[in-house]
Amino acid sequence: MLSIKNLHASIEGTPILRGINLEVKAGEVHAIMGPNGSGKSTLASVLAGREEYEVTEGEVIFKGIDLLELSPEVRAREGVFLAFQYPVEIPGVSSTNFLRTAVNQVREYRGLEPLDAVKFLTLMKEKMKLVEIDQKLLSRSLNEGFSGGEKKRNEIFQMAMLDPTLSILDETDSGLDIDALRIVSNGVNQLKSDKNATIVVTHYQRLLDYIVPDFVHVLYNGRIVKSGTKELAMELEEKGYDWIKEEVDSKATV
Amino acid sequence: MSTLIKHETLGEMLNSSSKGFEKARAEGKEAFENQGFPTNKSEEYKFTAISKKLEQSIQNYALAESFEVTAEDVKSNLFEGYTGDVLVFTNGHFQPNLSSAIAGIEVSLLSEKSDTPVGSIAKPAKDPFCALNQAAFTDGIFISVPKKAVVEKPILLLNFNKAINGQVIQPRVWIEAGDFAEVTFINHTVNLSDVTYFSNKVTEIKGGVNSQIRFYKLQNEGKNVIEVSNTETDIHKDGRFSSVTISLSGEMVRNNLSINILGSNSEGNMYGLYLLNGKSHVDNHTNVDHTVPHAESNELYKGILADHSRGVFNGKIFVRQDAQKTNAFQQNNNILLSEDAVVNTKPQLEIWADDVKCSHGCTTGQLDEEALFYLQARGIAKDQAKGLLLYAFAGEVLEHIRDESFRKYCTDLVQDRLGSKF
Repeated sequence: MLSIKNLHASIEGTPILRGINLEVKAGEVHAIMGPNGSGKSTLASVLAGREEYEVTEGEVIFKGIDLLELSPEVRAREGVFLAFQYPVEIPGVSSTNFLRTAVNQVREYRGLEPLDAVKFLTLMKEKMKLVEIDQKLLSRSLNEGFSGGEKKRNEIFQMAMLDPTLSILDETDSGLDIDALRIVSNGVNQLKSDKNATIVVTHYQRLLDYIVPDFVHVLYNGRIVKSGTKELAMELEEKGYDWIKEEVDSKATV
Repeated sequence: MSTLIKHETLGEMLNSSSKGFEKARAEGKEAFENQGFPTNKSEEYKFTAISKKLEQSIQNYALAESFEVTAEDVKSNLFEGYTGDVLVFTNGHFQPNLSSAIAGIEVSLLSEKSDTPVGSIAKPAKDPFCALNQAAFTDGIFISVPKKAVVEKPILLLNFNKAINGQVIQPRVWIEAGDFAEVTFINHTVNLSDVTYFSNKVTEIKGGVNSQIRFYKLQNEGKNVIEVSNTETDIHKDGRFSSVTISLSGEMVRNNLSINILGSNSEGNMYGLYLLNGKSHVDNHTNVDHTVPHAESNELYKGILADHSRGVFNGKIFVRQDAQKTNAFQQNNNILLSEDAVVNTKPQLEIWADDVKCSHGCTTGQLDEEALFYLQARGIAKDQAKGLLLYAFAGEVLEHIRDESFRKYCTDLVQDRLGSKF
């Protein structure tokens, strides 16, 4: 489904990603871990199409299409979903109107009829249960005054509404208490199928107790330096990132 | 003094014997001659070179005459679903036969109310255009809402302008609301000509004890209008005055809006939105004068500027020594959509009292890129995402319009503009 080859990206001339290779197949969950500043969020942002990052080398093929050629909105309509690390508060834009606009633009692109108000509401109610989000929250301005947990739940709720093929969760666990974490993970797990895939970007192993990955990759200095299964995440939890850094740095000096 | 004062037709206009108010007119003339048109050194008109604009555009300082409009014209220019009353003006001249007779409210030509103290609220010495209007106003209108009258539906002041190139329209409005009266006014002008003209309007509003006055204004007369508007209000104990000013076009528009807080526990609110493109220039100068304790003022002006447009905001707040426990808030936010658009914004707070809560802030920037990306990342097209964000920005002002039909009319205009133009 997703094939990343030798991806290099920089911001304002500073290289952040220095040759990422990653293959993701339908039905899989990949965890991207790594110390702070290793490029995890950059990878998520580049995949979603954030303009500040300049791709200097490499390619990203998503469902056979050159993803890097597409605008952020077309990527979203093609089925890429980024759950933001810091969801943006947008005063004056009602959550419901925003979602309806988004859902219908995505549907139109996919050749589906737009949802009328009634059908939209029905879909919303169904998906709201998934992340136990309160309707009152959705009558407010988008993310405005939401708590950290509410914002993250709202991200997963939007994910459920937009029905993506590739979901990228950028530090969705950071700042969540255990209840919120359970709710968010539970939502993600219920949305999993053999047709879609998930990339979980996280600093901590804790989230992976709830969203169990098929593969774990360690990102350091803009490259994937180690890949394994969920046991690798356990090892990282136990030993921290230093041993990986040492391993990589010593290789580099040889 | 500017050379413009020597313009011979201006002299003729100033000396023309208009109906009544000889003393007030003489005072206006004197005040105007003392001040002259503002030069480029004038602090108050620093960013709005209106004298130059007038020099280029006004060949003939003559008051535009009344012309005929039909009941059909009036009807076709009402907002959809509007149920309130209408007072009709053509080139500033009141048209009683096309206007509603509003139950319980006194409406007359200003010339029929010769004891009206014109110039007592909007004083001619404060502004040359206010003085010019007082010297040579086209008749005008007198509206009095009696004590305890609650006018549920708004009153629309519907102006039709059709001036011959270079002419002047100088309407004058006097509004008084008795104690405990409640009333809403909507100002709307329909421009029937496509030539440049100069509109110089003065509105004086006197609010009684515990009165509630709402005053809305829509400026969308097209790109050939040069307009100066002086609106000044006295509010007394427990009274409340709220204004919303929406400016969507104009070659050069200057709004002077002043609230004099003369009684405690009163409240003055000023909201404004300027949404400009092309070469439009809109300048809002506001002034709140807190002279007594325990009163409040709130001010929010927002601007969205595209192309080569220019916005000016100057917000003065005076808190006099006696005005303890004043709460005064002011905010001006601008979004520039083009590199050629300019905003000059200046909060100006002068506080002599020591126990007050006052705040002000102004921001000028581009559209929030992070918010834009967030919407795009959910599948919303970039142009539409921009429109959504800009509309949300503007909506904070529009929501202060209480009358649903007028709010919808303004909202549609704003959304049209944001959807198509930007």
